[in-house]
Amino acid sequence: MTWTSIFIAGFITYLTRMAMITLIDKNVFNENFRKILAYVPSVVFPSIIFPGVLLNDYGMLVTITDPKIYGALTAIFVGYFSRNVILTIISGLTSYWIIIFVF
Amino acid sequence: MLSKFQIFKIGFFDVAPHLLSVIPFGIIFGAIGIELGFDPIMTYATSLIIFGGASQIVFLQLLSGGASSLIAITSVGVINSRHLLYGAVLSEYLNKLSLIKKLFISYFIVDQGFAVSNIYFKKNKEQNFNHYHLIGSGITLWLCWQISTILGIYLGSIVPEALGLKFAIPLTFIAIIINELRKLDHLIVMIVSGLAATFFYNAPFKSYILISPLIGLFAAYLILKFKK
Repeated sequence: MTWTSIFIAGFITYLTRMAMITLIDKNVFNENFRKILAYVPSVVFPSIIFPGVLLNDYGMLVTITDPKIYGALTAIFVGYFSRNVILTIISGLTSYWIIIFVF
Repeated sequence: MLSKFQIFKIGFFDVAPHLLSVIPFGIIFGAIGIELGFDPIMTYATSLIIFGGASQIVFLQLLSGGASSLIAITSVGVINSRHLLYGAVLSEYLNKLSLIKKLFISYFIVDQGFAVSNIYFKKNKEQNFNHYHLIGSGITLWLCWQISTILGIYLGSIVPEALGLKFAIPLTFIAIIINELRKLDHLIVMIVSGLAATFFYNAPFKSYILISPLIGLFAAYLILKFKK
């Protein structure tokens, strides 16, 4: 079952890559559709970030003192000012680990 | 006139700085796949077959959390729909190529490769073999992604579970969208979809991953209307 899903997901991803180059006339995209499409990352990724930080393994809200909240805030702070992808991830993980293992 | 190989090499050198983020991201993905309970071959297969970092993480995370295949596959499609935009831009430069070449090049279209090759295309409209730039950047990224995934799979099998590596998932996505935080309209849309996802998280089949982006897009639509 999982294998079938991987192949279908792979096929759909390939379609998104080749469709505009080989199949479809790019003028089918009107300006409004392009504008909406530009928001896709901003709607998809927060849908993973927020539950990943605010909820625990059982889908319940964590408390304000949860190490994940500090980790995420550190990552946002470091990422905003450094504009560096890897520094953002590492700073978030490090602060998370410091709180878990040191305190 | 530059030769095909020269242009291929320019593609390689142009995309090289991006490897600093692609390689660690690949390692993180491989390790997360193992942490989520998938076997090494399956985790690696997604890198070969789907070849889209963020969507691979979401795909495995949803499946491991009990989402239906339909939801997991649809999410991959939604996340990767941005390639449609890249294709629309690139088609202008690739339209003279044969169908076989177009089909081949399509597999290698990813964010970083698109970014650097599109800049090159804009600057060098007169060159004959420009598509070798995209092949150069694309194959470089592809190779690094495959190797770093395998490295991550190995690391994931020796990293202790106590480290809570799953937390790297939200952190990775924070890193991906951090620059959009500077735009007020994107910030509003992010908060709306994030809160919606938290609220609908326990909806059946993990359908929150489709419901909340739709709510976010509706907010984006309202903002676009309001801007006019």
